Amino acid sequence: MSLRPKVLVTKIGLDGHDRGSRIVAAHLRDAGMEVVYTPPWQEIAAVVKLAQEEDVDVIGISSLATDHLIVPRLMHALRDAGLAEVGVIVGGIVPDEDERALLDAGVARVFHPGSSLDDIAAFVRDLAARVRSARFPA
Amino acid sequence: MNKPLPDPVPASLDEARVRWAAEYAAQLPQDRETRNRSGIPVKPLYTPLDADPSRYDEALGFPGEPPYTRGIYATMHRGRTWTQRQLIGLGTPRDYNARLLDILDKGATAVSLIPCNSVYRGYDMDEVYPELLGTCGVVVNTADQMDTCLDRVDLATTSCAMNDPLPFTLLAFMLATAKRRGVDWRDISGTSNQSDYISHFVANHMFFRIALPGSRRVLTDHVAWCNAHAPRWNPVSVVGQHMQQAGATPAEAMAFTLSTAIQYAEDCIAAGMSPDAFLPRFTFFFDISISFFEEIAKFRAGRRIWARVTRERFGARDPRSWRFKFHAQTSGVDLTRQQPLNNIARVTAQAMAGIFGGLQSLHTDAYDEVLSCPTQFGARIAVATQNILREEAHLTDVIDPLGGSYYVEALTDGMEERILATMADVEAQGGMYAAVRSGYVQKRIGESARAFQAKVERGEQTIVGVNKYVVDEDASARPALPKPDPSLMRSHLAGFARWKAERSRDDVDRALSALARAAQADGANTFGAVVDAAVAGCTHGEICATLRRELGFGQPLVVV
Repeated sequence: MSLRPKVLVTKIGLDGHDRGSRIVAAHLRDAGMEVVYTPPWQEIAAVVKLAQEEDVDVIGISSLATDHLIVPRLMHALRDAGLAEVGVIVGGIVPDEDERALLDAGVARVFHPGSSLDDIAAFVRDLAARVRSARFPA
Repeated sequence: MNKPLPDPVPASLDEARVRWAAEYAAQLPQDRETRNRSGIPVKPLYTPLDADPSRYDEALGFPGEPPYTRGIYATMHRGRTWTQRQLIGLGTPRDYNARLLDILDKGATAVSLIPCNSVYRGYDMDEVYPELLGTCGVVVNTADQMDTCLDRVDLATTSCAMNDPLPFTLLAFMLATAKRRGVDWRDISGTSNQSDYISHFVANHMFFRIALPGSRRVLTDHVAWCNAHAPRWNPVSVVGQHMQQAGATPAEAMAFTLSTAIQYAEDCIAAGMSPDAFLPRFTFFFDISISFFEEIAKFRAGRRIWARVTRERFGARDPRSWRFKFHAQTSGVDLTRQQPLNNIARVTAQAMAGIFGGLQSLHTDAYDEVLSCPTQFGARIAVATQNILREEAHLTDVIDPLGGSYYVEALTDGMEERILATMADVEAQGGMYAAVRSGYVQKRIGESARAFQAKVERGEQTIVGVNKYVVDEDASARPALPKPDPSLMRSHLAGFARWKAERSRDDVDRALSALARAAQADGANTFGAVVDAAVAGCTHGEICATLRRELGFGQPLVVV
């Protein structure tokens, strides 16, 4: 088993703006993580399948134009597929009132515009470590 | 007033420059190297020694005359200010119409329509997750709904910009509405924003519905159809905004946009159209970043290059073909979630750069666009910002007021050189269509996006409230954000289902079959078939599904 955190960076829903997801994915890769990247508009079922096949620790969902509203559906689908322990973070334009709903649905953290790439990488690394120890207890 | 420089420049001027340079170096021994966002080195001072006054006619000329560096019309903003075109769209057609009539009442002078993301993606409202409906744009799927959107708007006299990617169903619905109201299609004016499928394939990816070769065909058909049936409509808006928002530098965004326009023009010529038949209806759409002088120089250089390309490369004879008409939008990427009211200052500076750059139409972002779809409060401030700049600030008293600035002229030349070099890179790839198919353009934009972000992370590019002057904020001070009323959206959905059940299924089937046949037949016009389908009562989703089936599903090429 690789010790490098493995992260899926993707966009679900209808929006295609991907500057944020491209920059974050490239940064995580340069920070030594294994990154699986997809084009936008992924179906929720496709994301779950990819997370399973690629055996990722963390899923990063980028949202600019309200696609964060269907992240709770993704959380359900992950649980249904037996992937409840996979860490999910969301980055992009998420109003405060919606952030609460995402955290309640099990999202580990929401990163807003202006977040530092190093902060994101540090958080993902910690989250991946926690996910690993939950999945493979010593 | 400056007197013309004698030729040669007197020795005294050069001596004075040497004196100043010594004094400058003594006072600022550790001067920083400064480059703008396009990577052009910027000196601390520009003087007559940076200009060549003998080039005035060739490089600048007069407004309304080629090369149009000083503006595409003789009177520019003194004769007619820019069109105040705010992009709006939220909720149901009724919600949209109310917001539209409000901003028209507050000073906006033209219509724009932003549809829901479900529309962008080519689906009807009953094909997507209901929680996404109407959150970013108006849910409009039929000619009837378009009629509601444009209620009490005179289609014969109001310019309408539709955020309407190919196959241009929103325009088709508007034409169907006009027909119903007895308005002649020849009087319809406005622009198919988002017609630039290349920009969507490369960046943004919002509106890419049909595979690349099919997109190429539909756009060319659209140009030919509009020329014949709706001659006041601008069928092509070449979009630099997406590429700059995705990370291209201002010079790259201008270069890729001009290269795209060249590609579309060549495709139209290959389809048998004459340059002077379609070039007068080409328009452009750009981003205005907060890099003030760079943006002004970008627009001035773009005008100069386009005047040359249309005349020399395409042999256009009609001056309307040479004019570089553009709409611009203040850059959302520059706005911050932190201390959002600061965005009003940013938008003001961006808008001024666009105005000094000689734009024809302007959208100012609402300060809260970085938080969500803008509030009515935010949208009104954005409109007021334009009113203040246009009528209080005396910006429009003089045409091209920064023309002749030693710096702005030198920077215009520098940007032109940089833009031409990037256009040559694209030519070397075989033109824009080939350069996006191979991922070349995507790679360049990605590299520039990362380089800019790295400057922000290192603190070399200040962003107030983000990497400098950070303050603790009270999140409750942020505005309450608009959301579509779920009960209104539910009844909109129910109304749509009823409407579909009641319409003539035979008419719909016939029109969709004709559309499918047009897509397969060489020489048929696909957009004409789309208009017929809209008139016959087909929905947006049905039209898009038919063309996706016949021409292939569009997937962007993403390079990370």
